Amino acid sequence: MLTVEGLECAYGEALVLRGVSLRLAPGQVLGLLGRNGAGKTTTLRAIMGLLRPRAGRIVLDGRDLGALRPYEIPRLGVAYVPQGRGLFPFLTVEENLRMGLLVRDGDRRRLEEIFELFPALRERLRQRAGTLSGGEQQMVATARALAADPRYLLMDEPLEGLMPLLVEALLGVIGQLRARGVGVLLVEQRIEAALRAADEVALMEVGRIRYQGTAAELANHPDVLQTYLGVRRDRRVGG
Amino acid sequence: MIASGHLFLALLEGLVSGLVLALTALGLSLVFGVMRIVNVAHGEFFMLGAVIAWFFSAALGSFGLALLAAPLAVGAIALAADRLILRPIRYAPEATIVATIGLLYILQQLVLMVYGPYARPVDAPVYFRVEFPWFGYSGYKLVVAILAALLLGATWLLISRTRLGLYMRATQQDPDVARAFGVPTERVYAASFALGAMLTAVAGALVVPIQQAHYLMGLDALLLSFMAVIIGGLGSLRGTLAAALLIGLVDGVVSVFFSPTLAKIVASALVALVLVGRSGGLFGEGAT
Repeated sequence: MLTVEGLECAYGEALVLRGVSLRLAPGQVLGLLGRNGAGKTTTLRAIMGLLRPRAGRIVLDGRDLGALRPYEIPRLGVAYVPQGRGLFPFLTVEENLRMGLLVRDGDRRRLEEIFELFPALRERLRQRAGTLSGGEQQMVATARALAADPRYLLMDEPLEGLMPLLVEALLGVIGQLRARGVGVLLVEQRIEAALRAADEVALMEVGRIRYQGTAAELANHPDVLQTYLGVRRDRRVGG
Repeated sequence: MIASGHLFLALLEGLVSGLVLALTALGLSLVFGVMRIVNVAHGEFFMLGAVIAWFFSAALGSFGLALLAAPLAVGAIALAADRLILRPIRYAPEATIVATIGLLYILQQLVLMVYGPYARPVDAPVYFRVEFPWFGYSGYKLVVAILAALLLGATWLLISRTRLGLYMRATQQDPDVARAFGVPTERVYAASFALGAMLTAVAGALVVPIQQAHYLMGLDALLLSFMAVIIGGLGSLRGTLAAALLIGLVDGVVSVFFSPTLAKIVASALVALVLVGRSGGLFGEGAT
């Protein structure tokens, strides 16, 4: 179980998270939705240890992550797909994937499993990641995180800019991860897709979780989405 | 015949000094590339390498041991500087420039106090002359060139083939994401800083039998390294290597046929030309 309790984070004087609490269970997909600037990315960065919280706790299976150095957190099985993909653009695809493998000293057999999920990557191993198309880069970003053999996966807008076909493919991968017991925290602007993928949904507004419920519940309360995301269900949240 | 002999000599001298400069400049380029800091004290690591090599040669009577001891000692000094100076100021670009200027003077004046204002020679560990059709040439200088080339190759392998090298390149490109993939970036910074210092310390040690050890010898090394890094393109190790060899060869040729002063002027003009025409350097920012 990955638990966030009363998390407060600030950039300088600006308080961005004002007491965020979340629970992510193994095999659960938790959608974290909200407008731009609500604090979704900051929440993920804080869990990864890239930002030191001002208050609150992040606990992974009983272990307080606040006491750890940032590089120790991924080794416990928390992997990250950063916003904008965050690939190492001048490393080859193979080297990017190796960065994932090295986190928990996985061997190359793990890559074979990943190529079954993303067959197109096999052809691109020698290419610099920065020269790939957007969709391919997104696949590498997800594949790199999977190479780290995560128990919990934090994904920051993995669907951004993907063609519908790739969106379906990625949602399929998320479904497979769930089936294998991986907990996925999915930050997404594509509400429709996120609601389909998620078991539970948390809605963020100005640094707080304003609503939490099952995706099915939320589907029956379009007014809630309207209130916190400012959209009707059939539209994306504004860019 | 005479002219071709001169040209050969000039190119040979240029190649030797270019390879030594490449070691020094590669260290500076590595530190700038991975850590994004301009290490103004880089030349002092060159000087320390030379002075420590002199010390160990004098104390142990073995230049071979000195050649090992100098980079190890300088690497340890660099690690201490990283831990005590650079890390506390969080590698902030402006602050590190000021801090390394301070480090430059501290190291220089410490050496002046302990070692004195002398230029001290060390006997070359090998004596032989290689006979070319026009002249004989110092065998030691050829050994220096070969060792420098081997070290450059080893550094290249380290950066392109090892886990540390991969971590260095990843940290250079995105330190936050590197951390999120288990990279202890502060240790990578420390390792890069020490490696950069050790490369230049070896270069300093290698030239002691040719140039003597002196407490101010770091300044020229720093200046020429900066030129190589700027001409080659900031952050590009490949560019730094190419530029160092180019500077060495130009320096050799112009020194032999005209004068050493003109050689420096030409090298500086090259820097100006690159900055005007291609501000990113000959090799743009990029991989290694």
